[in-house]
Amino acid sequence: MEDELQDQFDVEGVKKRFMYVNRKAPYGTIYAQEVLESVLISAAFEQHAVVAFLDDGVYQIKKGQDTKAVNMKNFSPTFKIIEMEKEDADEDPDMDMEWRIVVEKESMEARGLTPEDFVVDVEVLSSPELGALMEEQDVILSG
Amino acid sequence: MLHTVNKSPFERANLDSCLRLARKGSAILLYEDGVYAAARHTTAAAKIEEAVKNVSVYVLGPDLAARAIDEDNVIDGVKVVDYGGFVDLVVEYGPVQAWL
Repeated sequence: MEDELQDQFDVEGVKKRFMYVNRKAPYGTIYAQEVLESVLISAAFEQHAVVAFLDDGVYQIKKGQDTKAVNMKNFSPTFKIIEMEKEDADEDPDMDMEWRIVVEKESMEARGLTPEDFVVDVEVLSSPELGALMEEQDVILSG
Repeated sequence: MLHTVNKSPFERANLDSCLRLARKGSAILLYEDGVYAAARHTTAAAKIEEAVKNVSVYVLGPDLAARAIDEDNVIDGVKVVDYGGFVDLVVEYGPVQAWL
C-alpha cells in the first residue's frame, strides 16, 4: 500500500513545458496575481516555462507602477524574480529548466508601448510566432 | 490544440485575440456567451465565416439553446457539440488555451 502510494505520487523527474498566458491588466481583477503565483510554483518544481504577456496583460510589466494611494500591493517587482529564475536557468548547466519571457508585438504596439517600458527584458513575438510557441506546450495556464 | 472562448464578441476582444493566434488545423470551441459569435447575421459573423476556412470551429449546443439561438441559425461550417463532445475535443486536440 505504501509503495503503491509512493509510486502514485513519485513525480521526480517529471518535466513539462508550461505556458502562462497573462491577458489581464494588473489591478482590476485577481487574475494577474493568481497567474504569477502559479509561475513561482513552477519554478520551485524546475519546470520549463514560457511567461507570455498579451492583450491588457502587457500592462502588468509596465515600469513605474505606484499603488500606494489605492491600497494594493504593487506586484510588478515580483516579475524581477521571474527574470532572475530565467537567468539562473540560463547560466547553470546542471539545471534543466528553460524559461522565456515573451510579449506579443501587436498587443504591445496597440498600447503605445515598447520593450523599454517593461520592468523585465522581454522577447517580442508576432501573433503567429506566439501562436506557434503555444502549440509546442504541454500545459497552458491562462488568466 | 484547442482554444476555448466564453465571452461575447460584442463586449470583449477575446475572440479577436484567439483568432489572431490560432493556427491552421487547430480547433476553437465557443461556449457560454462565446456562442453569440456563432450566430448568422451579426457584426461578428464575418470573423467566424473567415475562421472556418482554417480552423475547426465548434459551439456548445446547451449554451445555444439557453440563449435562444436556433441551431439552424448557426454559421455554416460551425459544428454543434454537447458536453460529451466538449470532452472529446479536449482529448483529441489538447492542450487547451482558455481565452477567459
